[in-house]
Amino acid sequence: MAITREEVLQVARLARLALSSAEGEKIREQLGGILSYIRQLDRLDTTGVVPTSHAIEMGTPFRDDSAHPFGEKEEILKNAPDREEDFFRVPRIIED
Amino acid sequence: MAGIPVHAWTLLEAARAIREKEISSRELTRALLSRIERIDPQIRVYITVLPEAAMQEAAARDEELAGGHLRGPLHGVPVALKDIFCTKGIRTTCGSRILGDFDPPYDATVTKKIREAGAVLLGKHNMDEFAMGSSTETSWFGPTRNPWATDRIPGGSSGGTSAAVAAGTCFAGVGTDTGGSIRQPASLCGVVGMKPTYGRVSRYGMIAFASSLDQAGPIARSVPDAAVVLGVIAGHDRRDSTSVDIPVPDFLAATGKDVKGMRIGLPREYFAGGLDASVREVVERALKALLSRGAEAVEISLPHTEFALSTYYIIAPAEASSNLARYDGVRYGFRADGGTGLIEMMSRTRGEGFGAEVKRRIMIGTYVLSAGYYEAYYGKAQKVRTLLRRDFTEAFSGVDVILTPTAPTPAFRIGEKVDDPLTMYLSDIYTIPCNLAGIPGISVPCGMSPDGLPIGAQLLGRHFDEEALFAAAAAIEREIPLPRVAPLEG
Repeated sequence: MAITREEVLQVARLARLALSSAEGEKIREQLGGILSYIRQLDRLDTTGVVPTSHAIEMGTPFRDDSAHPFGEKEEILKNAPDREEDFFRVPRIIED
Repeated sequence: MAGIPVHAWTLLEAARAIREKEISSRELTRALLSRIERIDPQIRVYITVLPEAAMQEAAARDEELAGGHLRGPLHGVPVALKDIFCTKGIRTTCGSRILGDFDPPYDATVTKKIREAGAVLLGKHNMDEFAMGSSTETSWFGPTRNPWATDRIPGGSSGGTSAAVAAGTCFAGVGTDTGGSIRQPASLCGVVGMKPTYGRVSRYGMIAFASSLDQAGPIARSVPDAAVVLGVIAGHDRRDSTSVDIPVPDFLAATGKDVKGMRIGLPREYFAGGLDASVREVVERALKALLSRGAEAVEISLPHTEFALSTYYIIAPAEASSNLARYDGVRYGFRADGGTGLIEMMSRTRGEGFGAEVKRRIMIGTYVLSAGYYEAYYGKAQKVRTLLRRDFTEAFSGVDVILTPTAPTPAFRIGEKVDDPLTMYLSDIYTIPCNLAGIPGISVPCGMSPDGLPIGAQLLGRHFDEEALFAAAAAIEREIPLPRVAPLEG
């Protein structure tokens, strides 16, 4: 299954992945091969088959909606690549 | 245990020797740290070694024991973890550049449980980046080598943990398995590895790859050792809503159970053409071992087997592309320099922070989930998953366990498959169906190839029937004695 360069760029944009043009071309070729392989599923008739999203049927577990404060804010914030006081600092979001 | 060097003891032997004060935890920990120093440069297993913390923990365990307090079955025994489990205050990398020097603010439930059972943590093991790989070659930290032949891969993604157990640089470890990542490296390194039933072990604090398939499990040098470790890490956890609230049986007792009358299913699809001759021979030896103890062989069919790999390579990348969206350079880990604006920072961070295999899977996952393709790929795969599960349900109405090869070949050479993703993906062809069905599976060493490379056989069981797997694997282990550790000297 052939994938175009434009499709690769579009998927990379959706995934927020900056790819070099060499990387993009390699992924384009490999993705084509992998997608052709997985399209073998088309040979199976799955009409009326119920999809599986989890292997173990266990229903939805419920719990009380109660807060458990973590209490070690600094342990979290110290991992930030950039911070200002108790905030994560990021580059400009809205252009002037 | 006269004559056997301490690093080659089983975990149970080490735990007993500590309990009976034949050796201290400090002596044992020191011996292993010194072995890591000598051996690890040859195999490159440890991303992080914790010499000081481990010696402090060992001293504390010795003191507790002197005061008559035994924490649990791993008291004082040095073990290690795949670097996918969060360890409070200890760098956790998942084999990736993008996590940088991430220092988790909490312990994974697996980490917490092995500590509560008394284990001493030696360090964190190398792995394929985000557990995506079958050779440990996709790690940002470089490949781990197979202790039986250092020009070969140890399998993956829990290749570090499997290699460490085989090299005698820890008594046991905990890995994770999404499509074979415990069983395949265990087979290639000549050790025991079990993927429990989905939901048996909490995934809290275990870095997510594909949430509906991921499961933690033990890697050890004997079946009883693996049973003890699973007993420690299993159990319901309110922090993981998919962990199942059922009692944890005595897995160690199960390893002593008789296999007389046990019905062993042999799926014809797993023994079809293309299977390596040495692998076939070894699996037949495992079958003979079981038959000699009174088990019965039953030929079965799992008709949708040929569709498992395709199903997996839709579902796993789809879930991964969603799980890995959190790595954006904002809250922790690596952030790329330059660029203007938030979106460009995130895209550059992910482009530079992820390796080739992870990017490939994010691309596959994003593609199959994107508008217009969702039903054709993801929807279809979820339906085929139902058919694959049904295959096993039907098979288990007539057999107690299923015996198959673990991996199609023994360990291959470093670099051999690194540029050919589809060939690499085929390494997991026998292990993937188990994850899709959520059933337990174990790999147990059964022999060596003509080149001296270990080969394992896989046993699959019913949901939550790990006990049958431990019983059968232990019977095989007793019938086929094999060397415990690779002959590596520093």
